[in-house]
This record gives sequence, C-alpha cells and structure tokens, in this order.
Amino acid sequence: MLIELKGVHKTYDNGQPLHVLKGIDLSIEKGEFVSIMGASGSGKSTLLNILGILDNYDEGEYHLAGKLIKNLTEREGATYRNQMIGFVFQSFNLIGFKTAVENVELPLFYQGVNRHRRREAAMAYLEKMGLTDWASHYPNEMSGGQKQRVAIARALITHPEIILADEPTGALDSKTSVEVMELLTRLNREDGVTIIVVTHESGVANCADKIVHIKDGLIEKIEDNRQHHSSVFGTKTIMK
Amino acid sequence: MRHRLDIDTFREIGDSLFRNKRRTLLTGFGIFWGLFMLLFLVGGGNGLKQMLSMNFEGFATNTIVIISSNTSKPWKGMKEGRYWQLDRKDVERLRTLMPELDVVAPQVSNWGQTATYKGNSSSVSIKGISGDYHKVEAPLLKYGRTISEADVEQERKVCVIGKRVYNDLFPEGDDPCGRYIQVGSVFLRIIGVDYSSGNISINGSASESVMMPFSVAAQLYKRGNNVDIICMTGKKGVKMSTLEGRIRSILSREHLFDPTDDQAVMVLNTEQIFSIVDNLFRGVNFLIWLVGIGTLLAGAVGVSNIMMVTVRERTVEIGIRRAIGAVPRDILSQIIWESVALTLAAGSTGIVFSVLILNVVEALTKHQAAFQISFWTAILAALLLSVLGVLAGLAPALRAMKIKPVDAMRDE
Repeated sequence: MLIELKGVHKTYDNGQPLHVLKGIDLSIEKGEFVSIMGASGSGKSTLLNILGILDNYDEGEYHLAGKLIKNLTEREGATYRNQMIGFVFQSFNLIGFKTAVENVELPLFYQGVNRHRRREAAMAYLEKMGLTDWASHYPNEMSGGQKQRVAIARALITHPEIILADEPTGALDSKTSVEVMELLTRLNREDGVTIIVVTHESGVANCADKIVHIKDGLIEKIEDNRQHHSSVFGTKTIMK
Repeated sequence: MRHRLDIDTFREIGDSLFRNKRRTLLTGFGIFWGLFMLLFLVGGGNGLKQMLSMNFEGFATNTIVIISSNTSKPWKGMKEGRYWQLDRKDVERLRTLMPELDVVAPQVSNWGQTATYKGNSSSVSIKGISGDYHKVEAPLLKYGRTISEADVEQERKVCVIGKRVYNDLFPEGDDPCGRYIQVGSVFLRIIGVDYSSGNISINGSASESVMMPFSVAAQLYKRGNNVDIICMTGKKGVKMSTLEGRIRSILSREHLFDPTDDQAVMVLNTEQIFSIVDNLFRGVNFLIWLVGIGTLLAGAVGVSNIMMVTVRERTVEIGIRRAIGAVPRDILSQIIWESVALTLAAGSTGIVFSVLILNVVEALTKHQAAFQISFWTAILAALLLSVLGVLAGLAPALRAMKIKPVDAMRDE
C-alpha cells in the first residue's frame, strides 16, 4: 500500500469546533489513478491537505510509502513533501517573477541539486510537456493550459510517489481541461505515476480508475470506474 | 545533502529586490542617508578638530606660562594693587626648587617695533628668548637654526624671524640667513626663519616675531634683571596643574605677596586649554555618533518595516515555496539575505558618497586638515551595516517563517 489512512479525524477550532473529517479509512495502491469527489464543505480539501502533509490531523494514522506521517516537524514535513509529493494547484501557483524553467527547477533547488543538473532535468520535463519553446517565458505570458503543464512538470521533477492535484482544471476552459486530464492519464498509464485528483466535476473525476465520494466528512462510497462510465455527461467530454 | 550558496540564491535575492525598484530605492535611501550622515559628520568633526588644533601647533601641551600682575590682597603691611616684577633670580629659584620642571625659559618682549631690510619694512614684536625656548614652542625652521645657549651667553646680535616677517622683508623669497635687518637702532644678523603657523599668542604669534637672544633684548631695551614672562614645561609624566600652587608660593615668598592671591600671578596653563578643546570635541563627537547612529537606526527600522509589508504581500509565494519543499530555515535565510543585501548595497553607496564628499571638502579647505575617514572606519561601518541588516531582517523573517504551506492553496 502506498497510502493508508485509518480512522483519520480532523477538527478545526475557530471559535467553535468544526468536525471536518469524521473517521476516514482509505487505501491507495501504487500506480492508481484516484479521484476524490465531493461538494464544497464535504472535507475533500482537508483530506487533500492531510494527504499532502500540508496539514496535520487529530486522530488516526496516515502511512505514506510505509512511513507514519504524524506529528512531523516543519523540517521533516518539508522534506517529505519535497521528496514524495508533487502538487498541482487549481490556480497553478507558479512564481510570477520566475520563468517557466526556473519554476520547474525550484523543488530541486530546495533539494540542493546543483545548478547545471537542475536546469537539465527541468528542460527534460518541459520537453515532455511540449513546452521547450516556452522555457524562458514568464507565467503571465502563457495560457492557462500551458501554465498548468508547467506546474505538472514542476510536480514531476522530484520523481514523487504521488501527484496531488487540487481541482487541476478549475481555472481552465473545457478544451484545455481535456488536454490536462489526458496528460495526467497518460502519465499514469505510461509512467505509472500515482495520481490523486480532487474535484467536484464529475467529468474530471470520470478520468480516474477509482472515484472516492466524500460527504459530510465521511467516505460515502468508493466507485470502481475502470470502465469510465461514471460521468453523467458521457465518457468523452468534460462538462463545464 | 542541502546546498546553500549557489548563484541562484543570489539571483533570488536580486529578483525580489528588483521587483519593486522604487520601493527598494526609497527604503535603501534611508540607510544610505544614515550612513552618509554618520561618516560625513565623523570625518568633518575630525577635520575641524585638526584645524582647531593647528592653532596650537608646535606648542608643548604641558606648558605653564606665568606673568606678574598687580596684587589684589594686602600682605604684611603692604596695600593691595601693588605691582611686582618677575626677575632672573626667579628663573634660578624655580629651576633649583622645582626639579619636576624640564625647561624654565625667561622671556622679555617689546611690541610694536619695526624691522626693515632694504626699504622693506614689517611691524614686528620682539621676543628675547633663552636657548631652550625651542623646547616650549617648537619652531618649524625653513632656513637656518634657532637661538642657542651660546647666542645668549655671548650676547650675539642674531635673530630668528617669523613667517610673516620673512614674507614682508624678503618678498623674493630666498635664504635670508647671514643678512642683517634693522630693528630700532640695531642691526641683527638673521640665523633662521621660523615657518610655524601656530596661533597661540604668547607675546605675539611666532609668525610676526623677531626672536633674539634673551640677553641681547634685555640690554637693548634696558630691562636689567627684569623678566616679562617665564615659560615652563614639566618633565615627562608631570601634571602641570599640580605644580601651580608651589610656583605661586615660591614667588610669593620672594616678592612679598599673599600666596593665596590668585591675581598676583597670571598663570596660563596650556594643559587646561588643551583639555577644554578635548572636552569640547568629545562632546561634539558624542553628538555626531548620536545623530549618525540615530539616523542609521531610523533607516534600519524603515527597512524592517518595508520587509514586513513585502512578506505579507508574498504570503502565497512563500506558501508555494514551503509546499514544494522549502524548510523554514530556507525562508528565514532568504528574507534575512534580502535585508542584508539591501542594507549593504545602500550603505556601501553611502560610504562611497561620504568619502567623495569628504574629499571635496578637503580640497576646498586646501588640504589643511585630514577630513577623510580612515579605511578602518569604513570597514567598521560596513560591519555595522551587516549587523543592522540582519537585525532589520529578523522580525520580517520570523513572520515569513510562520507562513504555512496551506496558505499557497488559497486563491490569490
């Protein structure tokens, strides 16, 4: 098991306690393509934050690649994030004053990889994303789809165990959304990258092999979607 | 294995500083101005002190000059207001009774005389000096020598002339030694030219004096045994102000005045003058550092403030960095480096600018005094800057460290 959650609880305490996750049990194997679906307020973002070691949890256990992720120091958290997890955000979250290639190589910078090898690796991933010509462009000179592909390259560069994508198509039009999801699917099929996508769009969720439905802080059902017949809008589109 | 210093570390710093050029410039200006003020004032203060000290040039710092004056208290049946006169015996007495003294040099003088040479004339003051007077007021000889003991003993009619007298009498400006000038009714052979420009005027400043042997002057102006003033310097390590009382009592015994009568002997103690000047400049220096450091601190607070704002603006960026693997220390060091880089760049400009301005000031004052700050002052200033930079960056960096990676997930 790559990811194993057992009875994970999370309560936010802002004035009055808000019980967001009420005992989540979830296992994800290496090489799976999973989507987590739920309405806003269902706790899916909190779950993603916990999976991404961006947030801690109150009860239960979370094992990532055999390591218990609990009560980590900031430094350990940062190191695990850096080595095991690649993030793809809804709003891309590229650093605006850095070029595409500089953005991609940033995780390696924090790993202490030397400049030359960093640049080489970053260029290789940009090529894979079909963005070689855009390497020295700044994010504000690129389209949404290009920005998201740069972000995916940045997520991949450290060879992480999992890619966590938080509404990866949220800021894209439907055509680009399809391209980005196809890209993620290809990465999963061809390179065996484990991908977890959090979304509230059924079309996006339908790309995954397994759909985890979350409702009110609990897993409602886990749907086997290897046939990709889940979308109410048909199998070949991502409805916006 | 984590890095830390490669080119990109510095490019990161440069990038974030240049992103908002105007703000960086204005913030840096505070530091620049603070450092400029500090160094300019320090340099200016030193230069002024030197210029003031030049007035005492050549004068021994441990000199006491005594002049007789009217008594102000009745004593042994004699009325107050009586005049008495220093004489040659006093010189001998002081020499034998006060072994702490190094030089006891009597002087007679005659002001408002005219010296002439081949139709050129100059109004001068005559000083009859002893052979060891040069130990009290060191001459800056351009030509020749000073009055010697032998000159005094053998009553040679020789003289040393001051700078202004030389310029008046010898406008063509060659070596006048061996020529004769006329002062009053006598001709004196010039044996030296004193170029000292000191402004302490004991019997007139050196530059407008004609100095001749004591014995010659006494005879020429019919002074008999009388002496106008006595200059004394102490041996090494002797504090002259502690000798004043004994000098008064020795003189009062011989000349019959009240030893507690402060007005009967005018005592001029250069030590006091020097210490007044020293104290004055100590005060000025204190003010300089207070104002300079104050301005610099205000600049540093400005940097700290702006960095605070910057950190807030960069919450998302810092969150992204944290999410993709920056440890808190990376963020801390980045912010501190930015602060140090800004302070150092602005401060170095301040150092360079103040050095330039001080150079101009030196040129404007015709290099009379050294206004320029020393190399080590500049190094010290640079070190001070680095420390300030770190301190200014500390608070913003600590705030930046508190930014959680989750903050990157929020929409911009």
